[in-house]
Amino acid sequence: MSLLEVENLRVTFPTRHGPSEVVRGVSFTLGRERLGIVGESGSGKSQTGRALLGLTPPPGKATADRLSFDGSDLRGLSAREWRSLRGQRMSMVMQDPKFSLNPVMPVGKQLMEALRTHGTPRAQAKRASLDMLEAVQIRDPERVFRAYPHELSGGMGQRAMIAMMLVSEPDLLIADEPTSALDVTIQIEVLRILDRLVTDRGMGLIFISHDLRLVSSFCDRVLVMYAGRVVEELRASELHAAQHPYTRGLLNCLPQIDGDRRPLPTLDRDAAWAE
Amino acid sequence: MLDVRDLEVTFTSGADEVRAVRGVSLTVQKGESYGIVGESGSGKSTVLRAICGLAPTSAGHILLDGKELATPRRPDFYRRVQMVFQDPYASLHPRHTVDAVLSEPLAIHRFDRRDERIAEALSAVGLGQGFRFRYPHQLSGGQRQRVAVARALILEPQILLLDEPTSALDASIQAEVLNLLDRLRAERGLTYVMVSHDLAVISHMCERLMVMEHGLAVEELTRDDLRQRRAGTPYTQRLLKASAGYTREAT
Repeated sequence: MSLLEVENLRVTFPTRHGPSEVVRGVSFTLGRERLGIVGESGSGKSQTGRALLGLTPPPGKATADRLSFDGSDLRGLSAREWRSLRGQRMSMVMQDPKFSLNPVMPVGKQLMEALRTHGTPRAQAKRASLDMLEAVQIRDPERVFRAYPHELSGGMGQRAMIAMMLVSEPDLLIADEPTSALDVTIQIEVLRILDRLVTDRGMGLIFISHDLRLVSSFCDRVLVMYAGRVVEELRASELHAAQHPYTRGLLNCLPQIDGDRRPLPTLDRDAAWAE
Repeated sequence: MLDVRDLEVTFTSGADEVRAVRGVSLTVQKGESYGIVGESGSGKSTVLRAICGLAPTSAGHILLDGKELATPRRPDFYRRVQMVFQDPYASLHPRHTVDAVLSEPLAIHRFDRRDERIAEALSAVGLGQGFRFRYPHQLSGGQRQRVAVARALILEPQILLLDEPTSALDASIQAEVLNLLDRLRAERGLTYVMVSHDLAVISHMCERLMVMEHGLAVEELTRDDLRQRRAGTPYTQRLLKASAGYTREAT
């Protein structure tokens, strides 16, 4: 059975000009695998991720014909029921540690909070937190444990964030641009950590990113989103065979170390893609 | 044109001392585009900030046309050297219109024809006059970065210091902004010093580049070296490999 089944997911925000649908009928299933969701800002990829965790910010509304996680229906859960799932069975790594860590709380305390909220005793939570910091390749876990977020570099902060999300060993991790704020070598290290967790713990991973090339080298499958819709679904290994002009355009507009195309091809958006 | 010799930048807070830049030298010729690549914390942005007078230099010299720069920098320095920052969401005042953002440097430097200059700067970066009285929140990321470029260009500088100018932007918008920077350099004979973590962007934009790690200059390469993968140090090789994408561990 698949870990997550999504059918016809829609996310709508009311605006002065009537409701605006930012996710428009997204369907997919996720097993214990790495699924990439790729798209540019405004494509609805992050809202898709948030809706899966019941985190659609009000007054936005998420609806779906089917939304089931490990066999149980997620639609119509109460806030309390969501809280018992989130952080424990499913969690989310946000894009930027600068904005998603609490700036006035030491990192260790934030890590422990995730466990303490779900009832783990303090001493055990502390040990698990330190272990997790070590698992995400932080060299001096004791120091990072005591440090405030501003005392960490971007890469360290993001690792601390990933540690926080994984300390409760969730079944489903939604990583929303987890490495975009990081430099390439660290990016690869962080991906390796995620990769290992998927392989070792059999976790399902939804990797949301704007970086088509990175996603296709990391994930098993890729959904390409444009204007709230999935315009193409691909096996990651078959990216070069992408059919949709948007996917092809995204691939082409990246500068390459070897290429010398000047000017770079830009993306001509076709109104028909959004239909 | 721009000469940095044995630059050192040290930040102190209490007993802690962070040597962000440790003896970096670089020379940029007129009309050249020079890249600095490195990881977070390598000191690459600090080098730019030190040139601009935004970071304290503890040792070394920064020379513009052979003349040592005064600290704090004089207004005429900023006429010649302007900086574009990484995050257009953070570098534009949220309650200033585009017009206000562009007028301020003109007022500070007592430029004439302000109205026309603003109109020219906007059209140079591919924004119409319709953008002039908008606030940053009414602009997309790419449009904001264009405004940031326009603000830097409005003083008609010779050198632009570009601190990750496209890393906050979507790939298709990045292509547009890179094309814009490319065109402006060709049209105006500008000199660029560009900092980025993205080797592909640097290779696209810069003829020469320096790789930095932990505040040290690891090596200097030309664009051709990069294309031929002629990296002399293991660190640069690692960078090159990492930019090729994720490779699964052999198990």
